[in-house]
Amino acid sequence: MATFSLEINKKTHTVDADADTPLLWVLRDQIDLVGTKFGCGVGMCGACTVHLDGTAMRSCLLPVSQAEGKQITTIEGLSEDGSHPVQEAWKEIDVPQCGYCQSGQIMTASAFLDQNSNPSNTEIRDAMHGNICRCASYNSIEKAVKVAAEKIR
Amino acid sequence: MNLSNNQKQSFSRRSFLKTSALASGGMLISFNLFTACKSDIKPPVDISQLNFNDFNAFIKISDEGKVTIFSPNPEIGQGVKTSMPMLIAEELDVSWEDVYVEQGKLDTKNYTRQVAGGSQSVRFGWEPLRQTGATAKQMLINAAAAKWGVSASECTASQGVITNSQGEKLGYGDVVKEAALLEVPEEVKLKDPKDFTIIGKNISNVDIDKIITGKPLFGLDYKAEGMVYASVLRPPVFGQVLESFDDTETRAVGGVVDVVKFGNKIAVLAVNTWTAMKGKKALKAEWKQDSKPESTALHDAELFKILNGNKFDTRRKDGNVKKAFAEADKVLERVYESPFLPHNCMEPMNFYADVTSEKIHLVGPIQTPAGTAGRVANLLERDEKDVLLEMTRMGGGFGRRLYGDFVLEAAEISSLAKKPVKVVFSREDDMTAGTYRPAIKYKIAASIKDKKVTGYHLKEACINDNMYGLIPHFFPAGAVENYQVDTANYKSNITTGAWRAPYTNFLASAEQSFFDELAEVLEVDRVQLHLDLLENVKNNPEPNVEYSPERLQGVLKKVVDKSNWGKTEADVYQGLAVYYCHNTHVAEVADIVMENGNPVVKKVTCVVDCGIVVNPLGALNQIKGGIIDGIGHALYGELTFQDGKPQSNNFNTYQLIRMGQTPPEVDVHFIENNLAPTGLGEPTLPPIGGAVANAIYKATGKRLTKQPYLSNMDVEKVIG
Repeated sequence: MATFSLEINKKTHTVDADADTPLLWVLRDQIDLVGTKFGCGVGMCGACTVHLDGTAMRSCLLPVSQAEGKQITTIEGLSEDGSHPVQEAWKEIDVPQCGYCQSGQIMTASAFLDQNSNPSNTEIRDAMHGNICRCASYNSIEKAVKVAAEKIR
Repeated sequence: MNLSNNQKQSFSRRSFLKTSALASGGMLISFNLFTACKSDIKPPVDISQLNFNDFNAFIKISDEGKVTIFSPNPEIGQGVKTSMPMLIAEELDVSWEDVYVEQGKLDTKNYTRQVAGGSQSVRFGWEPLRQTGATAKQMLINAAAAKWGVSASECTASQGVITNSQGEKLGYGDVVKEAALLEVPEEVKLKDPKDFTIIGKNISNVDIDKIITGKPLFGLDYKAEGMVYASVLRPPVFGQVLESFDDTETRAVGGVVDVVKFGNKIAVLAVNTWTAMKGKKALKAEWKQDSKPESTALHDAELFKILNGNKFDTRRKDGNVKKAFAEADKVLERVYESPFLPHNCMEPMNFYADVTSEKIHLVGPIQTPAGTAGRVANLLERDEKDVLLEMTRMGGGFGRRLYGDFVLEAAEISSLAKKPVKVVFSREDDMTAGTYRPAIKYKIAASIKDKKVTGYHLKEACINDNMYGLIPHFFPAGAVENYQVDTANYKSNITTGAWRAPYTNFLASAEQSFFDELAEVLEVDRVQLHLDLLENVKNNPEPNVEYSPERLQGVLKKVVDKSNWGKTEADVYQGLAVYYCHNTHVAEVADIVMENGNPVVKKVTCVVDCGIVVNPLGALNQIKGGIIDGIGHALYGELTFQDGKPQSNNFNTYQLIRMGQTPPEVDVHFIENNLAPTGLGEPTLPPIGGAVANAIYKATGKRLTKQPYLSNMDVEKVIG
């Protein structure tokens, strides 16, 4: 057990955890940030996606020890009030069905659009391919990413 | 909800309605939908098998005129938490902006039964939920009329405001206290659909703000004081039982608080999820094989043995198929095969339980709260009234959460450990301890005489249970003179159950592939064959037939028009399917292209006749989701077994459809009519596999008969 200092959503959190504990479980169980979801634990579904220094990262595979010193952003910190263009687009298109995977989808989309605010359809499909939606809301996700890109441009 | 005696005497002219004044002000009106359902509404399957329940409504109006609608039915992503309250709000005549929707708890007193399943919520709720709203509205009008000393017939209400003939106005909140004490009107008038202001409008998911900002909503997000997390070691092989175990290393893991054996399972309790999972990995357990370990090869052999034998239960028999086949000019016979499928809800199974001598508090995602609460009470030998069950939003259901095995686990562990416990399945637990869609094989045969279909014989061989009840009355029942459906099962120790669109999720693919080939053999147009067979049903109506031939013809004709059927570009191949299930009529055309020898679905055109579309936004989500889910499972979905063990346990060894594999366009059209609405959570899924297989045939000349199609591109024309 060791103590880690984490910069999450522009706030410093100090947590005691085993060094191998994935950031996902520290966020969910210890810091009460449950918007980041557990889906597979092997980095294959994207439900646990957060930003690490602005880059989309699977928090289920990232040991907490490696998250120290980085700026961590979770869905709760993407905007103050749900007004990030990607969140607004998700609302406009009414993307979610069950909704469970959507925070991961939004985090992947927002990191992607930060790098490329004028993506082609193929680029959107490639960027979102790692996030599974079991309800298969993929058409709506694709549309919402396009709407968000327009808002960002 | 405490009522004085005089109030009690004044309400409830109809057994299913009651109102009460709230201590905090406002009015509650509750309504048992189940008892109000018309007796002639038939459930689509044997509902007792699924532990289905019924539906209720519960609304509260505050003194300020704000409306809270408790949505008692579990929300699994099918949208009922939005669409069912819409029905009430429409007739209550309030602005949707003034409506707040809350998830109701399991409440066996006020809502006798609560469930999600079978695409039935909106269909069963259509009349009674609107009546609830209209009844409350009439009582508010009556209260205002009394206050003004005028006749209620001189008053109207709209958007939460009551107006009399003098132009005076009162808000619902101004009269709600008086209204709550009035008698419940015997008859209320429902709106003409042309006057709808909420039904038929695009209404966003009521939880959208919480979902996009990551607020706690789901079972896995729930926390309580003193709660510990439990990770459970279950038999790794179906048919095994626990012989012994050693938890020395587990107990040495910092943060592990207890290890509890229950039945054939061992729970590791820890201060957080990760530690519980780590502690479980450190367990050393010895297992003993109690019943035969099964494999996919064994299942295949057993199911073929059944299909080629003669021990079946006959589900429906018209005319004499034997004679029709004996006299036929030609017989077409095909075998269609499908594998086991796990549900793979994105939110792994989980549940919270706090079992004390006073109560059993359960919180989490469950499609069958009432039935599950009863099973927990039985298991713990407690009174059912000790159980308080709260439902969370669910990260998918697909049928998996009809089964409360994980709730029973949580309750038993909490009872033994004497602590509030949250059981959390890892993805591996979720995929390997499932209640899978069982493997199924169909043998379908048709007899042809003088270029007409004279006989149709479908035989089903399935692991455990599957097709029964009303399914044999689906198309082509009633369309072919000599018709027979036979079923038989192989009893397996692998747990199986309902999976999205149970009974038809593979049947539709098989039959729609068969009809495509049958049209070819008959040398008739595929569309015309279906239209003609449906014409037979219209000419010889038969009461047991479940579908409407007119509505099936309607969706078929429209999909031909909208899909540009038969007129696509050279490299685009189309396949068609038309189907009825879950009370909804659907036609679908898949457009595929071949890329590197693999079929790629580029577009799906879908026409749906579900009557009035309550929430077009939610309806499109269900329709498109069902189609893409159906494509994914038809092309990729497969869980195999070796030595009793599932051969996939996570998304690195199990393929779910992803965005890159999704058709970029699903073009949906509705048949516009004013018929009562039917459900959409399931009916678009079953036919799409057939449409895709038929398109692949056009592209490759191969009749695919075995799912998942992409792994079985060379398996065609199996004759059992």
